[in-house]
Amino acid sequence: MKKLTRASIFILGLTLMLACSANWLLAAGNLLIKNATILPVTGPPIAGGDVLVIDGIIKQIGRNLAAPPGTRIIEASGRYLIPGIIDTHTHLALSGTNEGTEAITPEVNMAEVINPDDPAIFTALSGGVTMVHTMHGSANVIGGVNVVLKMKWGQPSEKLVVKEAYPTLKFALGENVKQSNRTLLPGRPQRYPATRMGANAIIRRELLRARDYLAEWDRYEKLRNSKNPPPNLLPPKKDLRLETLADLLRGKLYARCHAYVATEMVEFLNLAREFGFKVAALEHAWEAYKITDELLAAGVGISVFIDSWAYKMEAAEGIAYNASYCTQRGILVSINSDSSERVRRLFNEAGKAVKYGLTPDEALKMITINAARQLGVERLVGSIEVGKQADLALFNEHPMSAYTRCDLTIIEGEVYFDREQLIKERQATSAAKGGN
Amino acid sequence: MSTLKINRLVKYKLLLFLFILSVWLVPCTPAQTPEASRQGSGLLAIVNVRIVPVVGQEIPSGTILVERGKIKALGSHLEIPTGARIIEARGLTAYPGMIDGYSSLGLVEISGEPATVDNRETGRINPQVKAIEALKYDSMHIPIARSNGIVAAVVSPTGGLISGQSTLIKLDGWTNREMVIKESLALVVELPGLRGGRRGFMGMGPSQAAVSTERALSELKELFQKARMYEIRREQAEKNMLWPRPDFDEVSHCLLPVVKGELPVIFSVQGDRDILQTIRFVQEQKIKAIFYGVHQGFKVAEEIKKAGIPCIIGSLYDQPPVWEDGYDSLFLNPVLLNKAGVKIAFSSSSSSAAKDLPYHAAKAAAFGLDRLEALKAVTIYPAEIFGVDKIMGSLEAGKLANIVLADGDLLELGTRIEKVFIEGREVDLSNRYTELLEKFRKREKEK
Repeated sequence: MKKLTRASIFILGLTLMLACSANWLLAAGNLLIKNATILPVTGPPIAGGDVLVIDGIIKQIGRNLAAPPGTRIIEASGRYLIPGIIDTHTHLALSGTNEGTEAITPEVNMAEVINPDDPAIFTALSGGVTMVHTMHGSANVIGGVNVVLKMKWGQPSEKLVVKEAYPTLKFALGENVKQSNRTLLPGRPQRYPATRMGANAIIRRELLRARDYLAEWDRYEKLRNSKNPPPNLLPPKKDLRLETLADLLRGKLYARCHAYVATEMVEFLNLAREFGFKVAALEHAWEAYKITDELLAAGVGISVFIDSWAYKMEAAEGIAYNASYCTQRGILVSINSDSSERVRRLFNEAGKAVKYGLTPDEALKMITINAARQLGVERLVGSIEVGKQADLALFNEHPMSAYTRCDLTIIEGEVYFDREQLIKERQATSAAKGGN
Repeated sequence: MSTLKINRLVKYKLLLFLFILSVWLVPCTPAQTPEASRQGSGLLAIVNVRIVPVVGQEIPSGTILVERGKIKALGSHLEIPTGARIIEARGLTAYPGMIDGYSSLGLVEISGEPATVDNRETGRINPQVKAIEALKYDSMHIPIARSNGIVAAVVSPTGGLISGQSTLIKLDGWTNREMVIKESLALVVELPGLRGGRRGFMGMGPSQAAVSTERALSELKELFQKARMYEIRREQAEKNMLWPRPDFDEVSHCLLPVVKGELPVIFSVQGDRDILQTIRFVQEQKIKAIFYGVHQGFKVAEEIKKAGIPCIIGSLYDQPPVWEDGYDSLFLNPVLLNKAGVKIAFSSSSSSAAKDLPYHAAKAAAFGLDRLEALKAVTIYPAEIFGVDKIMGSLEAGKLANIVLADGDLLELGTRIEKVFIEGREVDLSNRYTELLEKFRKREKEK
C-alpha cells in the first residue's frame, strides 16, 4: 500500500513534469511571417519576403515559403520586419538598482533581484525591444554584476536570463559617484570619493587588493597541487568583494563603465591597460567624440544616448553628433535608453542619427547588431539570419521614420506583443462595460 | 613752385584724410549690410521651392517673395523683382516655422545645476513672476531648436499652484526684449497631476506635495475673489477721498488682468475628472483658458470641445499615468482630441529637448493623427491658440516671413533644415552641436 502510494506520487510527479515540459515544448514558437519588407541588418533588405520560424529559431528566409500545417501565419505586407531591438543600458525589471551606501560593492549581483512583474518589460515590448542589459546604478564607483534579460513578459525570472551574454561588472565615474549634486544631510559625512581623482584612486586601490588576493589563491592552488603539499596548508580567506574583482582580472568578467567627460574615459582605459581587464563598452560617453583616437586604439565601443543632454554639468557638451561621428570613425556604437520610458521609443532615438550623418541602415544597427556585439550575443540575435533566435519586431513604417509604430514583437518565435490583439481586447472590455 | 608745393601738400593731406576715412569706414561697411538685412528691408525671392503653406494648397514648385520681413507673395508663376536676393531652393520644401506650445527655453540651461535654472520660483502662489524677465536670450538650446525648424516658443515658469506668467518669443534677438512676441501670454496654473505627489530624482530637484484638484481650485477661487474685492476697494478709494485705500496686495494686483478676462490662464491639468472640474471653474469665473498636459483629455473630449478650450499636449515622452488607459493612451490622446474637434498644439515641455517638437507631432501621426493635422498642430493651431495667427503660423501673403527650408518632411527624424528665416532675416544655424563637432574634427584633420 505504502509502495503503491509512493509509486503513484512518483507517477503523478512525472506526469506533471512531462505536462510542464510538454507545455514548454509547445511554447517554442513556430511562425511564418509573410510578405514583409525584411531589414536583416547584416544584409540587404528583402522586399516581399517571408521568414519561417521553427522551434524559436529562424529556419528559412525567402519568398513564397511554405510552413508545416498548424503554423501560425502572420501577414505582413506593407510592413517592416526587423531584428528585435536590444537595449544595452537599462535598469528595468529589477527590485533594486543602487547599493549606494558604500563606494565599492562588486559583491552584489543584479541577477539576484530580477523582478519579472515590472510593467517596464511590457513597455519595452511595445517598442519592439526583445533584450536588455539591465544594470546596477551609478551611485558608486564599483557597483555590481549586471544581467542580460529577454523581455519574456509573464515568464519567471530564470526564463528571462540570457546566460550566453558577457558577464559584466558596472563601474561609474564623475558627478554621480562624487555625489556632487546631492545635498548633504546635517551630520552625514561626505562619502569618499568626492573627486574624479578619488574615483580613479579607489579603483586602483581595489584592483591592487584584488591582484594580491589573486596571487594568494594562485600560490595556494600551486602548493596544493604540488607533489608534496605542506601538511599545514590553509586556503586564503574567501572575500566575495575581491572574488568579483579577481574575476575581472582573470578575464571572466567584462567592465562596463559609466563615464561622461573625456578625461575620465581616457583614465579608465589606462586603468584597463594597467590591470589588463576587458572593457565591454563605455556608458553614456558624452565626450567620446573628443577622444575617438583613444577609443579606437583601445578597441572599446560606446553605449550612448542620441541627444538626451544638458541635465548636468558633465552632460553639457553632449552633442547629438556623438553617436554618428563615432560610428563614422569606426567605433562600435549602440544607443541605449537608460529609462523605462525611453525604452519604448529607442527606434526613434536611433532614427535621429540620420539627421546627424548616418544612413538609416547604420542607424538601425546601433539598436540591433551593434548592441548584440557589445553584449557578446551577436551569434544568437541582433540580425535576421538563418540559425539565429527568432527575436523580431514588425513596424508599420520604416523603423527609422518618425511616423512608425511597432505592431508586433516576437521572442524566439513567440508573440509577446500584438497591437491588433490588444486593441481587440480593449474593444471587448469596453463593450462589456457598456461602451465608453 | 611754392603754390604747387602747397597744392601738393593739400592734395596729399586730402588723400591722407580720404585714406584714414576709408580705413575708418571700411570695417563698418560689412557690419552695416547684415544690419540692413536684419531689419529685413531687402527683397528676397526663394525660387524653385516646394511650398507647404499649411493653410491652403500645396505648390509643387514655386516662388516665395519676401519684403520688409513679410511674405509679399507666393505662387507657382511669380515674377522676380529686380534687385531681389535670389535663393535657389530646388529639392527643398518651404514650411512655416514651428511654434513650441510649451517650453522652458531660456529659463533652464542645465537642469541639474540650480545656478542655471530660473523657471521655478519658491513658494506656491507666484502670479508676479514673468518668464520674459529671466529669459536667457543666448541660451545654447535656442539655436539648436531653431536649427530644427522652430521659430517661436511659449516659455513657461513651473511649480506651485500659480507658477507665474508665460511669454511667447521668437527664437531670434540680441536681448530678451528683442525676442518678445507677447510679453505676458498667460498665467500658468498647475493643478495636481495623476501621479499625486512628486519626489525629486535621486534626492535632487524639488518635490511636490499631493493636493486634490478640488482644493486647488477652491484656493484659486478665493484668490480670484479677493482680487475682485481688492479692485472694488481701490476703485472706491479713487472715487471717495475719505475712503481708505487698501494696502497694496501683490497677488491680487497681478491677478487683476486674469479676473478681468484680459490675460488667459494656462491650466496644467491631467485627469478626466480634474478637467471637468476645471471647465466648470473656467465657466464660473468667466476667464479665458488654455489647457496644458491633458493626459486624459481623450476621455472628456466632447466636454472640452463644448467648452471651446484649446489644449496644448504635454510631452509624449512619458508613460501613461494610468496603466488601465492602455500603453498608447498618451499617443492616442491628441488623435482623439483632434477627432472630437478640440484645437490642439504640441509642445516639447523642455529646453534641452525643445528641438524634438516635430517628433511629438509625428508620434501622434504614427498612432492615427492625420499628417497635415499633425503639421498644423505645430504651426497654425498654436498661432491661433495664442492669438497670433494673423501674423504667423502659415505661409500666406501679409504674414511674417517665418520660413523653414527643409530637405524632406518637416516632422521626419532624418530631415535636415537647410535655412531658417525669422521675420525675413536668415538666421544662423550653427549651434553648440556644430561648433563642438567642428572643434574636435580638427583633431582628426591634423593627422
